[in-house]
Formats: sequence, C-alpha cells, structure tokens
Amino acid sequence: MSQIDQHTGKESAGIVSNDTIDGEIATLNLGPTHPATHGIFQNILQVDGEKILSSEQTVGYIHRAFEKLAERRPYNQVTPITDRLNYCSSPINNMGWEMTVEKLIGAEIPKRVDYMRVIIMELARIADHLVCNSVIGVDTGALTGFTYVFQEREKIYELYEEVCGSRLTTNIGRIGGFERDFSPEFYKKLDNFLKTFPKVFNEFDSLLSRNRIFMDRTIGAGPISAERALEYSFTGPNLRAAGVDYDVRVMNPYSSYEDFDFIIPVGTQGDTYDRFQVRQEEIRQSLRIIEQALKNMPEGSYKADVPDFYLPPKEDVYNNMEALIYHFKIVMGETPVPVGEVYHCVEGGNGELGFYLISDGGRTPYRLQFRRPCFIYYQAYPEMITGSNISDAVLTMSSMNVIAGELDA
Amino acid sequence: MGKIENLQVINGEGYQLSTLDKVVAAARKNSVWPLPFATSCCGIEYMATMGSNYDLARFGMERMSFSPRQADLLIVAGTISKKLAPILKQVYEQMAEPKWVLSVGACASSGGIFDTYSVLQGIDRVIPVDVYVPGCPPRPEQIIDGIMKIHEMVQHEPLRRRYSDEYKAILNKYDIEGNEE
Amino acid sequence: MKSKLENNAVLELLKAKFGERIKSSEEPFGLLTIEVTSESVHDVISWLKTEPSLAISFLTNLGAVHYPNDKGREIAMVYHLHSLTNNFRIRLKAYVSIENPEIGTITDIHAGANWMERETYDFYGVIFTGHPNLTRILNEDSMDYFPMRKEYHLEDATREDKDDRFFGR
Repeated sequence: MSQIDQHTGKESAGIVSNDTIDGEIATLNLGPTHPATHGIFQNILQVDGEKILSSEQTVGYIHRAFEKLAERRPYNQVTPITDRLNYCSSPINNMGWEMTVEKLIGAEIPKRVDYMRVIIMELARIADHLVCNSVIGVDTGALTGFTYVFQEREKIYELYEEVCGSRLTTNIGRIGGFERDFSPEFYKKLDNFLKTFPKVFNEFDSLLSRNRIFMDRTIGAGPISAERALEYSFTGPNLRAAGVDYDVRVMNPYSSYEDFDFIIPVGTQGDTYDRFQVRQEEIRQSLRIIEQALKNMPEGSYKADVPDFYLPPKEDVYNNMEALIYHFKIVMGETPVPVGEVYHCVEGGNGELGFYLISDGGRTPYRLQFRRPCFIYYQAYPEMITGSNISDAVLTMSSMNVIAGELDA
Repeated sequence: MGKIENLQVINGEGYQLSTLDKVVAAARKNSVWPLPFATSCCGIEYMATMGSNYDLARFGMERMSFSPRQADLLIVAGTISKKLAPILKQVYEQMAEPKWVLSVGACASSGGIFDTYSVLQGIDRVIPVDVYVPGCPPRPEQIIDGIMKIHEMVQHEPLRRRYSDEYKAILNKYDIEGNEE
Repeated sequence: MKSKLENNAVLELLKAKFGERIKSSEEPFGLLTIEVTSESVHDVISWLKTEPSLAISFLTNLGAVHYPNDKGREIAMVYHLHSLTNNFRIRLKAYVSIENPEIGTITDIHAGANWMERETYDFYGVIFTGHPNLTRILNEDSMDYFPMRKEYHLEDATREDKDDRFFGR
C-alpha cells in the first residue's frame, strides 16, 4: 500500500518499486514521542529496508491557540504569549512584538534603546543556535558538546536575569524600551561572557566541525536546493544554507541594524553540514555585533515617550494625578490604540518571524497572526528525506531546528 | 516447657520483610530512571536541569530512558493538548510497575495560562500524578525539589502498595487497567 | 536595503493588466495593500511571480480575518508577498462571504501555501478549491467547528473545573 502525497494529492511514487530488498514495504512510526524528534510531531514513514520512500506528517500536538488568546488580552499582556513561540530565543519574539506595536502607534524610539535591544536579541540568537548545534551533535552520538554548551547557556540566562528576572520565558522589555537601564552588574557579566565564551565555543567547534565521523554523517543528509527552498517559503539559517542570502536584518533593517557591520554566511548544498556551519558562523557574527553595540552604545534614554503604554515611575504615580490615571489605564488595559493594520517582521532564530496586527481601536487586538517560520518550512521535510536513510531523517529533523512551540502556536 | 502464654500475634510484614523494604527502597530511590516527556518550554528547563550546572546525574538519574518499558518516573514537562492526551495515557500504561509521575510546570499541572479549547487542563485528567511542580517554567532548583519529594515517596512506599485495593481504586478512576497478581 | 520599486509604479502596472479586478488600494504604513476579487487571486499572484520587472516570487504569509458585521464580505483572505531581488512587499486582500467561503488555492504557484491554507481552513472554514489535501492540521480531526471565528469562545465550553466568575469572563 502506498501513501497519498499530501502536497500533490497523488499516490507517492516509490523509489525502488520492483527491486525491494525483501519484497515488502514497511510502515514505521517516528513519533510522536520519540527521543530524536525534540518536540512532539509524528511522521509515518514508508520504508524499504532503511530507505525512506515517503512520509506523512501530523502536527498540532501542542496547539495552544495563541492567536485566539491574543484577541482576549490587552497589548502589553500579549508579550508573555509571544515568549512561548520560539522559547529557545524568547527575547527576539518579545522585541518583535513590541516593535510591531510601536510601529502601529508611531512611537519614536531613542537610539540607546535600539542598541540595548540589539544586544539582547543577539544573545538570544546565540542561545538558540547553541541548542540546535549541540543537539545535532547529540543525534550523531556526540553528547559532550551538549554539556559544554549548556554551561554557556547558563551564562546567557544570568544575563537575562539581570535585565528582566527570568531565565527562559523572559517577557523582556516594554512597549517603548526597557523598564530600567542596564545595571553595572550586567556590563560586568557581559564583558566576562565575551571574554570566556569564544574559547569554549572554539573547543565545541573543534569537537565537531572537522570531525571525520561528523562530516561523513552530515554531508549530503537532507539536502534541499535553493529553488525548492524558496518555493516552500523557507527563511532563516535553513534558507541561507541552501545558498540564498536573505536576512531580514539586512533587507528590512529594524532597531538600528544598519549601523552594524556583519556578514551573512551562506552554504551551497543545503544539507545538514551546511546548516550546522551556517549556525556556527552566525554565532560568531552575533558576537561581533554585540561587541560593536557595546563599544558604540549611545547616550540617551532607555525608554521612549509613550505614556499611553509605558508605566510611569512609582513616585509620579503616588504624587501626580495624571500619572495615576495613566498607570490605572495601562494596568487595566484600557489604553486608546489607533485603528490600523501593520505587518512587522524580525529575524528570529529560525527565520522571518512576522506579526500581522489588525487593531480596531479596542483594548485588545482584533486579529493578530504570527508568521511562524518553523511551521512554514517544516512542510518541506518529507521532500528532504525521501530516498535517504532513517538515520539521515533523524539528523535532518534536528538540523532544521523545529521548535514545537513555534510549529503549533 | 509447656504452653507459651500471652502469645502476642503481630500482624504485618515481620522483621525480614521490613528490612527488605528499606533495602529495596534505597535501591529504587538512588536509581530512578526517568522518562522525559518534554513537550515545550518546561522541556528546555528540564534539559538545563540535566546539564552540568544543576546536575541530575548525582541522583542517579542520568540514564534517560525514552522507552516506557524501562522507565520508573514519567516526567511530564510542558503543555499537553487534548490531541496528545491519549498518547500520554498510552505511554503511562506501557510503563511497568512501580511507576511514579512528576508533573513539571503550570501547563502540565492545571493547563497554565492556556485556558483554551485545545489544551488539557492538567494531566491529572488522564493519569494519576504523584508530585506537581508549579512554575512557568519552574527553575531547575524547583524541579530538583520535586524530584526530592518523589525520592521521599519512593523511600516510604510499602512493597505491596501496588497490589492494594486503594491503588486499584485510583487506577479504576482513570480507566487504566492495573497489573494482575 | 532600499526598495527598487515604487508603490505607485506597481499599482499602475497592476491596474493596466487587471483593470476592474483590482477593486481598491491603500498604503497603511507604507505597504501597498490592494483588494482584488476572490476569483482573480490566483491570476494576480501568478502574474506577480512571473512578471520579470516585478519578480514578486516569495510568499511570506497567508491568513484570514473574520468580520462578522460586514454582510457578504465576512472573511477576508490576506496574502503577504515579497520580492527578494527588488526588496518590495505587497499585501493582497480578497473577501468571501461566510455562506460560501470558497477561494482558489495557490499551492501550484507557491508550494509553501499548502499548510498555510490548511491552517486557515482549520481556523476559519475557508474552502480552498483545488487543494490536494484540505484537512485539519492543528486541531483534532474530530472537531466540528471553526474555532477562530468570532462567535466562538476561547475556552472550551465543556470544562467544569473552572468557575467563570473568578476568571473575569
């Protein structure tokens, strides 16, 4: 029995039709709870021996109805939901949302806030790529890299804690900037991080990058060409590994990214090794960006002047009538929001994370749609694994960095 | 000699079995093999707990068994949706006795902030839970605290608990078939 | 990176090619937004992709919005497109009624639209004619209503463990 290809609606053609190894095609269930899938998604594979002939996907096992939830919550209460989209790099999601609302209300953001945001977003990108790369290592059997890397992630968590108090789901920043300036403790820890991390990262790199076994496993595993990747609306490191240098930070710069000097790494074949190397190089580029932001941090305010959305300082709330009214309205979610529709995108850990917001003047968004990169590029997974072995399918899945929160929303 | 008077009848396990209890409990406690059922953000905090900063290996839990047949402790970390609930129940049923369940995070304990049409409002709607760890996500120290409480339960569990009527009643409430004698 | 195309120039080209089928246009926040008839969505998107001077060949996003009070135009389909070579973004809108929410699929032009259309069907009940596998994707298959429509509540109506009085409903 053969499967119906979910993309064309036709019966999927087997690679080996009459010369099957034992004359039989087996159906194998990869998931939903499988140690290698790093998340809950199901793939029903038709295999001939070890070669995969076709696969059928089921997603939606952590569907938490974010878009419906956002229609119920006032604008500043939507930020904790955006945390849980790509939870490995939640500051990027938070800041993307805050920038969307700032675009809607037409707020002018000081340069200092932009640079502060860049530092936090690049730290988040490093954290996300570290998880993905170490997990590729774990799936090939190299567990040591994972323990090295998670120690470094703890340092990034400490930096988040200095700013917002939380480790993973950060809810960082406000609409209009940050709640307070970065403390001297933060700068000390960041300097320490920038001094010690490159050494550890180079050790991690030397474990895997030119490792004969790793290269043999990953080169040629799960390739995709640039044309097919563009047709499937790939973005992010997966698209850059296929050879297209599309990066939202360069194409549509936001938060003063045009002031920074960094390169966009691209691969050639779009296979697992390329994706691994693109992410490694992006970590190095992120370190460069953080150093530049730290060196050139402009003076100024850490918040914009948006009294309708940004909580006033507590002394003013207790002494000043106007501040009290603003405080009350913001906390109860009764702030006036202009009518309009806006689409804003940021470069998340996995690609173009877009927010399509329609406001009808009410206290909650009328419609908020998240353009989630994981959801869009995971559709191409069957095409990437057809014809390869099961072990390559597992590696392809982990190198695509599919985060279940972003997949299902 | 003659008859022994005032013979005291002691009901219970007796000396041999009570020491065996302690030995078995100590062995079980120090080598719990967890099954990490990690779905979302709490899963990443669980991975951090497994890492070298908040080491789980010092409690003998470094061997993550992803096969239910070889696991003792089912750690459910993350949101469970209604689509996933039958699968969770199936995994729980496949585990061999004695088994414990640790529910990590607000979403697994009660649905968390997701009071929506698609999220199961707590895994105790489908399987019996031993320890709940609140938090969103809970810090690794909290997860270790939860595991310490599981260890306490393992330590003080009587050997015949899994065959008792009370336990069978719990399983019946969830429509789970228990093991036969 | 500066855009190589201007909103007005692209609008003129579209009007010259499609005439009456472009119903209206506006530019919220600088993004050219045009409304087309629901029958011509496929032709417009296909022409935008193949026209050499435009090369709008990347589908960014596809979604729907429910306006329960606009009789006859309840569901708005919104397509975001992007030209990577010219750095130009455009938004297309098409309205369908809720009694007959049908629109042509664009999976033959952009393969990435497959799951996005399934998600829109799952949430709003929009039928995409010609889609190879239009089934629910994120919700359970046994679900019999379309949850993102405005008339349905966020919470599951059958839950009994939470008292709505304490949850501000």
